[in-house]
Amino acid sequence: MKSKLLSRGRLAVLAGAALTACLPALAWEPTKTVEFIVPAGTGGGADQMARLIQSIIAKHNLMKQPMVVINKSGGAGAEGFLDVKSAKGDGNKIIITLSNLFTTPLATGVPFNWKDLTPVEMMALDEFVLWVNAKTPYKTSKDYVEAAKKAGPGKMKMGGTGSKQEDQIITVNLQKQTGAKFTYIPFKGGGTVATQLVGGHIDSSVNNPIEAVSQWRAGNLRPLCVFDSKPMDYHQKITKDMAWSDIPTCKSQGVDVEYLMLRGIFMPGGVSQDMVDYYVGVLNKVRETPEWKQFMDNGAFNQTHMTGKAYRDWVADAEKRHEELMREAGFLHK
Amino acid sequence: MHELQALFGGFQVALSWFNLLLMFAGITLGVIIGVLPGLGGANGVAILLPLTFSMAQEPGGQTSAIILLSCIYWGALFGGAITSILFNIPGEPWSVATTFDGYPLAQKGRAGTALTTSFTSSFVGALLAVLLITFLSPIVANFALRFGPPEFFAVYLLTFCAFVGMSKGSPFKTIASMMLGFALAAVGIDTVTGQLRLTFGFIALLKGFDFLIAVIGLFGIGEILLTIEEGLEFKGAKAKINVKVVIETWKELPRYWKTYLRSAAVGCMMGIVPGGATPASFMSYGIAKKMSRDGDKFGTGIVEGVLAPETAAHAAGTSALLPMITLGVPGSPTAAVLLGGLLIWGLQPGPLLFTEKADFVWGLIASMYLGNIAGLIVVLTCVPLFAAILRVPFAIIAPVILVICAIGAYTVHNDIFDVYLMVVFGVMGYIFKKLDYPLAPLVLALVLGDNAENGFRQSMLISQGDMRIFFSNGLVGGITVLSLILLFWPAISSLIDVARGRKAPPAAG
Repeated sequence: MKSKLLSRGRLAVLAGAALTACLPALAWEPTKTVEFIVPAGTGGGADQMARLIQSIIAKHNLMKQPMVVINKSGGAGAEGFLDVKSAKGDGNKIIITLSNLFTTPLATGVPFNWKDLTPVEMMALDEFVLWVNAKTPYKTSKDYVEAAKKAGPGKMKMGGTGSKQEDQIITVNLQKQTGAKFTYIPFKGGGTVATQLVGGHIDSSVNNPIEAVSQWRAGNLRPLCVFDSKPMDYHQKITKDMAWSDIPTCKSQGVDVEYLMLRGIFMPGGVSQDMVDYYVGVLNKVRETPEWKQFMDNGAFNQTHMTGKAYRDWVADAEKRHEELMREAGFLHK
Repeated sequence: MHELQALFGGFQVALSWFNLLLMFAGITLGVIIGVLPGLGGANGVAILLPLTFSMAQEPGGQTSAIILLSCIYWGALFGGAITSILFNIPGEPWSVATTFDGYPLAQKGRAGTALTTSFTSSFVGALLAVLLITFLSPIVANFALRFGPPEFFAVYLLTFCAFVGMSKGSPFKTIASMMLGFALAAVGIDTVTGQLRLTFGFIALLKGFDFLIAVIGLFGIGEILLTIEEGLEFKGAKAKINVKVVIETWKELPRYWKTYLRSAAVGCMMGIVPGGATPASFMSYGIAKKMSRDGDKFGTGIVEGVLAPETAAHAAGTSALLPMITLGVPGSPTAAVLLGGLLIWGLQPGPLLFTEKADFVWGLIASMYLGNIAGLIVVLTCVPLFAAILRVPFAIIAPVILVICAIGAYTVHNDIFDVYLMVVFGVMGYIFKKLDYPLAPLVLALVLGDNAENGFRQSMLISQGDMRIFFSNGLVGGITVLSLILLFWPAISSLIDVARGRKAPPAAG
């Protein structure tokens, strides 16, 4: 009797051991609903991308657990980053970033840094284009910069989203490279900036393509140059005679300013490589879908894609560049 | 009559069984979302957005998808008033002004009347706004382009001026309350400098004081504390519930046609500009009070005081879709999510959407008519049911309300700190009422303070500190002058009386 019991117990132990031995072979998967944090408000660029990713995952059944998008926009996104920072080791949480990953801690001194997070995958980079109202005579960025210089310091108004963030950083960099001086007017969203430009309340903007494309097509706005090292890779005609690829780089026009905004995914710090690999797998499938490709086309995104060390290095480099640019501009938190 | 033809085309698109089903589903869901404080139309639409994604890939599916989402929006607009009237808890920001007269009406035992008035007025407001969108959209869309920072500031100034002086208490208390609201609105990130203000290093204060949490606490929790003190029951509980209340109220409403037109005009302007539904409801209430013969009775529970803010809120909420479609600028938080939806579905909101996707746009416009009719039917049939909620004993309903409030406060940012904050605001609301400080100025300053400040500082950046920018063209000058007239209206109207030879009212009663 006793020996029988014992052997039964032994069997159970053996079975248990066999099970645990099998586990590492099974890839990690989320254990509950995945929270997808957006450190920005509803309706903005990051929010759109997050909700698109969520939609694609749901439609193509790419994850067994459901995913919810949660906006935590307080304190220029600090609310969302701090939430993820405090969720150390939690594999059921991911966050989409924009440039406020760098600008918010540098400008406000809120204690977080990208090193508190684990980089997962760069989904794309968002382009910035210099726009003017189509009724103005400026055909090239040179025309516009010359006009700004001639008008006198602070006479030309540059509109942008938020303060001490990407739009103002580009503006300051533009001033540094050209010697023209603009008055920077911060607004709450990119759509508002584009409309203010159409209405003639500001003289120029550095809107992302998706924020301004409909006004461009309607003939209300004119793109002067793109702040990238090469022209955008979209050759389909957007207006009657121009494609995104026809917009020259600012550099080729003598305005040596480059800026791209990260649209990338991070996880909390202290997560295992299995967890990171799982999300890289899911996101790679997302990037293969026609819906994603359509979205990239619509927004004329720069489709640079990175994971692992390359991505980590890119982020580290971007942080360094932001710190330099913001120090020069006097935007660093004292 | 190109528009009529296009509109009938739109009705053909919208009037399929599937779309009608979506309409009623959306409205019902929206009403529920509207009833729950905290869970706003924006959240509701955002949560359902992924569901519409597959739908939008089908031919004609984009129209079905927008019908579902916009009907949630209409439902939320209707539903926000229900808890405002029954329990003094605004379900949505734009129903705060509805509590001023809706709740006293319910306390008098006329909850059914208040609800019917609110729903009917919402419908009228929406209808007038849709008519405007149908026939005047090209003209009106370009009007919105004329609004730069100084114009926006002038509009907010107009809202404040229309509202100031409406509380009966001492002016000192009104100013104290409003200043406290401004101070609370300033907490968090400052758009113009990108710096944190008044957070004192507390991480929890980063996101500032959300209007919704303050309102749930000040009104909802505050009211429950008061009720507990005054005897554990609702004053409106003994109301007779009459199924004919709808018909009886309808007989009364046409008398207020002037208020309807004025409120709808205010609402449409605020929706298109876009200033938003919440300021529209406050402004409309303030103006109605100043213009009405029963101005003194506002706040004691009169039908006109429910009608004015509800008409304006729904007119603004509806017309807010116009700048979204034609300019790609959302006129409200919910419109912002809808805009994101359009982009995800592969549509490009902007000046060309009307011509390139005429089917979609006119289907949407047709669904605005149908959706609001569907909404009116849904909510009106439920009026006796809603009013009957007041008969549930306080001991049962109060804990339920508390739980709903707590869930609502949590939902806004998914943050437990907000629930504590709600309780603090609740105690504050109770103290305010005990000491006879008005809550409305605080709420108004909290919801508009930030935007007004941004408008002012953006204007100052543009003009490099020159105040004359607020009179620099006819539009901004006109709004500013109108604001000043409204601000000094009591003095001006007594001057007019004197001039006419009538005896001026005594200065102090």
